[in-house]
Amino acid sequence: MRIRTFQRGAAVAAALTVGLALTGCSSGGGSDDGAASGGAEESCTNEIAKPDATQVSVWAWYPAFEKIVDQFNESHDDVQVCWTNAGQGADEYNKFSTAIEAGSGAPDVIMLESEVLPTYTILGSLEDLSAYGASELESQFTPGSWSDVSSGDAVYAIPVDGGPMGMLYRADIFEKYGVEPPTTWDDFAKAAQDLRDAGYEGYITNYPTNGNALNYALFAQAGWAPFEYDASAPETIGIDVATPESEQVLSYWKDLVDKDLVSTDDAFTSDYNTSLVDGTYAVYLAAAWGPGYLQGLSDADTDATWKAAPLPQWDEANPVQVNWGGSTFAVTTQADDKEAAYEVASGLFGTMDAWKSGIDDAALFPQWNEALQSDYFVNKKYDFFGGQQINSDVFLEAANGYQGFSFSPFQVYAYDQQTQALYDMVENDGDAATALQTIQDSLVQYAQQQGFTVQ
Amino acid sequence: MTTSSTTVGAPEAGAPAGRARPGGRRNASTSTIDSKRQWWGWLYVTPFTIVFLLFLVVPLAYAFWMSLHNKGIATGGQSVFVGIDNYTRAFTDPIFLAGLARVAKFVVVMVPIQIGLALLCALVLDTLATRLSKASRLLIFVPYAVPAVIGALMWGFLYSPRFGPAGDIFGLFGLDAPDFLSSSAIFGSLVNIVTWQWVGYYMIILYSALRTIDPSVYEAARIDGASGPQIALRIKVPMVSSSMVMVLVFSLIGTLQFFTEPTVLRSVAQGAIPSDYTPNMYAYSLAFSYSQFNYASTIAFALGIFVFIGSYIFLFATRKQSGLK
Repeated sequence: MRIRTFQRGAAVAAALTVGLALTGCSSGGGSDDGAASGGAEESCTNEIAKPDATQVSVWAWYPAFEKIVDQFNESHDDVQVCWTNAGQGADEYNKFSTAIEAGSGAPDVIMLESEVLPTYTILGSLEDLSAYGASELESQFTPGSWSDVSSGDAVYAIPVDGGPMGMLYRADIFEKYGVEPPTTWDDFAKAAQDLRDAGYEGYITNYPTNGNALNYALFAQAGWAPFEYDASAPETIGIDVATPESEQVLSYWKDLVDKDLVSTDDAFTSDYNTSLVDGTYAVYLAAAWGPGYLQGLSDADTDATWKAAPLPQWDEANPVQVNWGGSTFAVTTQADDKEAAYEVASGLFGTMDAWKSGIDDAALFPQWNEALQSDYFVNKKYDFFGGQQINSDVFLEAANGYQGFSFSPFQVYAYDQQTQALYDMVENDGDAATALQTIQDSLVQYAQQQGFTVQ
Repeated sequence: MTTSSTTVGAPEAGAPAGRARPGGRRNASTSTIDSKRQWWGWLYVTPFTIVFLLFLVVPLAYAFWMSLHNKGIATGGQSVFVGIDNYTRAFTDPIFLAGLARVAKFVVVMVPIQIGLALLCALVLDTLATRLSKASRLLIFVPYAVPAVIGALMWGFLYSPRFGPAGDIFGLFGLDAPDFLSSSAIFGSLVNIVTWQWVGYYMIILYSALRTIDPSVYEAARIDGASGPQIALRIKVPMVSSSMVMVLVFSLIGTLQFFTEPTVLRSVAQGAIPSDYTPNMYAYSLAFSYSQFNYASTIAFALGIFVFIGSYIFLFATRKQSGLK
């Protein structure tokens, strides 16, 4: 016993020493001695081209982002970007929340999806950029994306990319079984049945109970607006989740699930990823970043033929466009030099060169009109879709039709509740109205607990 | 599961009681040599004390301070002193209580399975003295050497309906494989992962305790006509009871603090494992996903109180077996 304890102690001591040594090493050697503005000395993933300039720390998880950072640093003499990938989505948000609570440790500029902006504006963690001239940029961005980042006169982030939705489908499967790709949701349900009747063994698509923002978008297409929230009156919130619109959409999917025409696998697992590309699902209801996601998946059918089409509509005469995902750059209130941070937030994706790289290497969908309307983007042919010009065919119209969406200031909680309620509905054969009412009740209770006046 | 926090105090539980400690109280009158010795003693424990204070006592005190305050997200981030309000809320919070009930169920099911298997393996390996026994000892222990996160990820793939082997195996008999990640099966799937991971570790502890027993005891028992199973049950098991108690405490505390495996499996089964599946996971999501650091501290402390009471009752009930009495 004694000896074992001692050995354990020695091991712990050794581990501590090594740990201290490593920390010492990274903080001493990793960063340059230039004027780091982030308070603590940070180590960057990229090389700083001009060490004497003001440094602005950036957290972002865009693919192939280093090239864009290097372009920015080479073209700027007064400001240099020090970029770190702090994890994707929730991983980064957890770190940011911790840094907010701690009062230090947040980057100067942070990549946030538009759906979490209210979560951080209510904590007072994001700088109002209108003081630095951001309001003048409004005309340079799509109206939907601008409405997502602004609240009255205040502007809390600069839009970067968006996720207007479309329908990606396996043209070869539809052709093989002699079914026409649907344009309305009624057609979609019929096509699901026709494919099955014709002998197709997969599912027309998957309805993930953890499909957070996707499910929001599908509800929103029927006119669902669950939250009424304005950053200028942060104590009040309107919560209206269980509405006829959401019930209509959820009942529609529940019906397809009951008939076993649509699967209910969790999204973003390796099972789901494989099913997307191996012919298990005939349709991928996708955002504009979806094609990039598909191309990165392995085990794909080699003879698959993908095509893009507009998202099916409830009412073909009055099409409604929706958005799934999309990200922005915000300046945190912890930033030392906010002027410089704003220059970075608005400038990183502020050139056509940066966007060429964003479009080609990272499959981003620009919200910046100059890139969005450029011939380069509009007429780009995608090999993955057999040369189809998916932007002009599908996504540009979807992006222009998007009007913006109001998220809650506790969006992660709202998503978790939704996942739970939808899963219970599917698993225990519940009905749509009960599931939506469960979400509604838990959100109202939560909001009251947090000190909101619920309207 | 984390048992590292408990190992600091644990060897005491297993140490033989009543051993005369060197340097006792014989010379109560303090001579210069003694006081010098004491002074040096403090110097020796300083490195430990600093680390202990800095990384355990101070964070604990800070967390406790936080648990007495509240900060609603709508109220402009103002921290308000609320006394024990958070604790009243925690002990009436249906989510926290449901999480506690769930880990209690894990304790009831998982702990006996783990300890039973570990004891069985240790007893069998103790009677065998072949090369095979050495190899199997190592093989049973290997899962413990796999980091918990990697182990859980691996099992996530094994359970996967598409990539896992279950489909093929059940297919041989013309059956449909069960979905190990559905809400009805997830409990058993988690029990399986944890058991797989920890049986080897408990087995090694029990096995080494068995090796310290003087073989002449067995010889005497055999002369008295005891059979193999009788020796195992009547002699070996009682003689390693203090190690058994230690292993049980490890297992109990680890299970009450259940976190790693369900958190990792959640990435492939978000519906079956909610973010508040266990009290520890609840505290984690409150703090890092919902920015409620104050209430998260309260939940963590409330869980700590339960673990403390649970372990205390257990140690008190087994004080005879553990040699603490």
